[in-house]
Amino acid sequence: MAQVTVHITLKPTLLDAQGRVVQNALNSLGYAEVGQVRIGKLIAMEVGGDPATVGDRVQEMCDRLLANPVIEDYSIIVDESAEVAL
Amino acid sequence: MKFGVVRFPGSNCDQDAYHAIADVLRQPVDYIWHQERSVKGYDCIVLPGGFSYGDYLRTGAIARFSPVIEAVIEHAQRGRLLIGICNGFQVLCETHLLPGALVRNTGLKFVCRQVHLRVENASTPFTRGARPGQVLRMPIAHGEGRYVADQPTLAALRDSNRIVVRYCDARGETTPESNPNGSVDHVAGVVNESLNVFGLMPHPERAAARLLGSTDGRVIMDSIVRALRAAV
Repeated sequence: MAQVTVHITLKPTLLDAQGRVVQNALNSLGYAEVGQVRIGKLIAMEVGGDPATVGDRVQEMCDRLLANPVIEDYSIIVDESAEVAL
Repeated sequence: MKFGVVRFPGSNCDQDAYHAIADVLRQPVDYIWHQERSVKGYDCIVLPGGFSYGDYLRTGAIARFSPVIEAVIEHAQRGRLLIGICNGFQVLCETHLLPGALVRNTGLKFVCRQVHLRVENASTPFTRGARPGQVLRMPIAHGEGRYVADQPTLAALRDSNRIVVRYCDARGETTPESNPNGSVDHVAGVVNESLNVFGLMPHPERAAARLLGSTDGRVIMDSIVRALRAAV
């Protein structure tokens, strides 16, 4: 099983309302050094099958279901060496 | 003439839509369970409001892969009428039957109140009973209703007059305050290129009787009946 991590974020051109509110809250707490905050999703998956094609298959999963290419960008990290804790 | 109201797990405006069609429009209507693989025999399909599949992942994202959706896509491709209300609009965008997407309201809050809509295109099957520029009052109830689309898509929508309804104030002006969710260009509802698939965030089915505070939703519902009669 490969351990796969998918990060999904709103496209930079879209206002991330949630991120802006969190940025304001951090600034109000005194963290004036915090600039733009963007909030996304992290999807951690265990994926079996041919290790050589895991990346391609997960990319297909992202395009079909996990991300909406109209509004979101995604990145995929595949860790084939990870021991999956049960 | 027959209507079908699709029910997903988590739909919650299915009964409102059914009631409006059966008891107000007095037209035949069935519920269609999301596991069905055919919608043959229906002239207009309604994707109702709600929180299909708990809005997990993204609004409408899981419903888009319900067994019934393939049949609904085929229904639309044959030129039959399809309307998505609120969560139904989100499903239509996820299905790419309509362009763009619906994301979190700018104010982050779930907004549940009456809004005003200006009818920009009164020549669609869904608005042919309206006057161009007519202001309709009906409720919204959503947390993710901010319509977004890239510039080429918006330009195409504007050029072909497919932004059917825009949020406005009671006088029909698109003031910043009248935009309840931050939708780009005040978009409240759009139609596809062949004018048979319409999605909107406001709820015409919840504005179908004076008891509910407005009967303006009937303008849209009666338009559909007129369009179906004309097609027979």
